[in-house]
Amino acid sequence: MRVALFLTCVNDTLYPDTGRAVVKLLTRLGVEVDFPMAQTCCGQAHYNTGYRHEAEPLARHFSDVFGEYEAIVTPSGSCGAMVRELYPRMGERARAEGRGDTLAATLAPVVPKTYELTEFLVDVLGVTEVGAYYPHTVTYHPTCHGLRGLGLGDRPRRLLQAVKGLELRELPGADECCGFGGTFALKNSDVSAAMGADKVRNAESTGAEVLCAADNSCLMHIGGTMTRLRTGMRPVHIAEILASTEAEPAL
Amino acid sequence: MSGTFVGMPAFPKAAQEAVGNPTLRANLRHATHTIRAKRAAAVAEVSDWAALREAGKQIKDHTLRHLDRYLVQLEESVTAAGGTVHWAADADEANRIVTRLVKETGESEVVKVKSMATQEIGLNEALEAEGIRAYETDLAELIVQLGKDRPSHILVPAIHRNRGEIRDIFAAEMSEWGRPAPEGLTDTPAELAEAARLHLREKFLRARVGVSGANFMVAETGTLVVVESEGNGRMCLTLPETLISVVGIEKIVPTWRDLEVFLQTLPRSSTAERMNPYTSTWTGTTDGDGPRTFHLVLLDNGRTDTLADEVGRQALRCIRCSACLNVCPVYERAGGHAYGSVYPGPIGAILSPQLRGTGSEIDASLPYASSLCGACYEVCPVAIDIPEVLVHLRERVVQGGPVTLEGNRTVLKPAKGHAAERAAMRAARWAFARPGALRAGQRLASRTRRLHPRTLPGPGRAWSGSRDLPPVPAEPFRDWWQRTNGGDAGEGRAK
Ligand code: SF4
Repeated sequence: MRVALFLTCVNDTLYPDTGRAVVKLLTRLGVEVDFPMAQTCCGQAHYNTGYRHEAEPLARHFSDVFGEYEAIVTPSGSCGAMVRELYPRMGERARAEGRGDTLAATLAPVVPKTYELTEFLVDVLGVTEVGAYYPHTVTYHPTCHGLRGLGLGDRPRRLLQAVKGLELRELPGADECCGFGGTFALKNSDVSAAMGADKVRNAESTGAEVLCAADNSCLMHIGGTMTRLRTGMRPVHIAEILASTEAEPAL
Repeated sequence: MSGTFVGMPAFPKAAQEAVGNPTLRANLRHATHTIRAKRAAAVAEVSDWAALREAGKQIKDHTLRHLDRYLVQLEESVTAAGGTVHWAADADEANRIVTRLVKETGESEVVKVKSMATQEIGLNEALEAEGIRAYETDLAELIVQLGKDRPSHILVPAIHRNRGEIRDIFAAEMSEWGRPAPEGLTDTPAELAEAARLHLREKFLRARVGVSGANFMVAETGTLVVVESEGNGRMCLTLPETLISVVGIEKIVPTWRDLEVFLQTLPRSSTAERMNPYTSTWTGTTDGDGPRTFHLVLLDNGRTDTLADEVGRQALRCIRCSACLNVCPVYERAGGHAYGSVYPGPIGAILSPQLRGTGSEIDASLPYASSLCGACYEVCPVAIDIPEVLVHLRERVVQGGPVTLEGNRTVLKPAKGHAAERAAMRAARWAFARPGALRAGQRLASRTRRLHPRTLPGPGRAWSGSRDLPPVPAEPFRDWWQRTNGGDAGEGRAK
C-alpha cells in the first residue's frame, strides 16, 4: 500500500521528528510512504479564525497535491478533522453563497481517504501491536479534535497499551481541553494559560514521565506550560512512541 | 459590581478578573464539575438519548422554519382561551407594554419568576424608572438582586457566590426589600433557604401582579409551560390577579405532544434530575382559578434577524438547559460575567452577537471566547453545533458579510482592529500557496534558530508570558525528506 504523508505545516517546520517517526513506523509496517513536496497547510488556522475565504485556496491546494493518493495519513487530529469535517462544510457554504458546486467537487476526493495516524493503524492496517518498545511511564491526553471531531475513541490508548515496556497512567480530566485552540491561545491568553496550567497539574498528578498526545499543536502548548512550571515532564507525540523499538529506542 | 452589562470591555479583558480570582475560580470549578458528573449519569440512564436529542432538534427546526404560521396559531389559541397577546419588536417596546399593563392594574409592585427574557430587555430597570418595584422570587435570582449583582449562569445565576457570601448579602440587604433576615443567620443551607422562604412568602401573598417567562409555548392549545425546582414559579403563576408573561418567539412548540421530548431532555441536561420538581402549565384564564387577567408579550428583539441567518439560526433551538456552560472550560475559568449578557457561556457567545449584533467591543469578542473544543456541542440536548456558529460569527467579525438587521438585508463591513491579523493571514495564505516560499521561510528560521528568543515581543507576548516556545529544529522535515528521500542508510529507503 502506498500512502501520502500529510505532515501539517506545524510538524514540518517545528516537529520534524514526528514526521520521521511516522515514516519509520509505517515503513516498518510495510507501507510505502510518499511525502508530496508541494504540500503546505490545510488552512485550519485561517478557517477557525474566521478567514474562510483565505482558507479556500489552501484547501484547493491540498486537494491538488493529495487527490491522487490511495490514502492520506496525518499525525494530527485537528488537521485530520479539518479535512474530514470542515472541507465538506466549506463546499456547502460555497454552494449556499451561490458559487456552485466547484469547490465541493474539488475537495470531495480527499475527504474520505484522509486518516489520522492512529485511525489508519487500527482501522486500515488493522494493527494495535506495532512492535514498539518504550520503557517509560506515560499518560495520554486525547486532544479535542481527535476525541470529538474525529471520534478516535480508545484507538490511541489501545495502541499505547500494546507497547512493550510502557506503563500507561490514567489522566484525570483527560477529555478537558488543554486550552490551546489555535489563535485562542493568543486572543484569550489568560484563560488559555489557566486551562493549560490545570491540564499540566493533572498530568503531573499521575507521576508519569511523559505526556503523550496525537497532536503537536496541543503538545506545544502543554509542553511550553510544563517547562514554564518546571514539572520535569516531557510532551511526546504518539508517533514517536510507536516508532520507538528496542533496537532504536526513542528518548 | 454594576447591575448592568452596558459598556462591557472585550471578553479577554473581562475574563482577566475572574481568572485571577481564586475564590471565584474555586466556586465555579466546584459547581460546574459537580453538576457535570451528575448530568452525565442522568443522561446515561436513558437508552434512547441520541434519538431524543435528534427529535428535539427536529421539532425545533421544524417550528423555526414555520415560525410565522405557529405564531399566528399561538395568538389565536391564547386569545380563544381568554388571554391577550402583545407583540414587541424590541426591548423598548416590550418594556413599554409591560409597564403600561402594570400601571393599568394600579399596582406598584410585581413578583417575578425567573425569566431570562425580562433580564435580556432590562425590564426591572424599566419598571423601576416608572416607580414599580419588581421582586425576583427564584432563590438564586433573589441573591443576585439583593447583592446588586448580575446573573452569571443560566440556571444558577448566583453560581459565583458561596454560602458565606450569601449569608452576608441576606443579613445586610433583606430588610431593604421586605422582611429582614433572622438574627444570627448562619450559612447552613437550611437556614438560608428558610430566611429566603419567609422573605418571599410575604411577597407572594401580597402581590397582585406576577411577571413570568416560559420555557415553552404550545401553539395548538395556547398553553405556556414553566419548569422549575423551587415552587416559587407556581406561586407567581397562580396567586396574583394579573399575570404577564414575556416570552421570546422562539419558545414555541407546535403540539402538546412535543413536550414529551423536552420534559425528558431539559431536566436531565440542566439539573441532572429525571423529572423536574414543578411543571406548571397555564392556558389563558379560568374562572375561579389562578389569575383573572393574562397577557402574553411575544418578544422578538433580534430573533427574526437571527432566524434569517442560515448557519446561526440553530442558536434559536436553545432550551436554556445550561449544560453547555457546565462543561465549558472557558466558562469555568472566565465566569459568567465576562460574557456581558444574561446569556453567558457557549450559548451566550453565539446568541448575544446575533441578538445584539457585533457592533460593540464585547459582542465582537464573544465568538472568540472559545477554544473550539466541542464539549458544548456534545452535551447540547438539541444538538446546536456551537463551534460551527462561533466560526461563522468570527467570519462575520473579520470579513464582514451579509446579515439581516431589523428585517433588512445589508452587508456588514469587517470589524475594526483586525487589520494586522488579516494581513498576517493573507501573508500566510500567500506563502502556503507556494511551497517554495514556505520552504525558504523554514530555512531562514532554521538558520537563525540560535538567535530566536524563547519569549516573544509584541502580540506574541500573550503566548510567551505563560509558556515557553519550542526551539526551531536545525532542519525542517521536508529538507530531511529531500536529502534522504524518507530514510537514512540505517533505516533503508521508504520507497
Ligand atoms: S445551547 Fe444547548 S446546551 Fe446550551 S443551554 Fe442551550 S440547549 Fe442547553
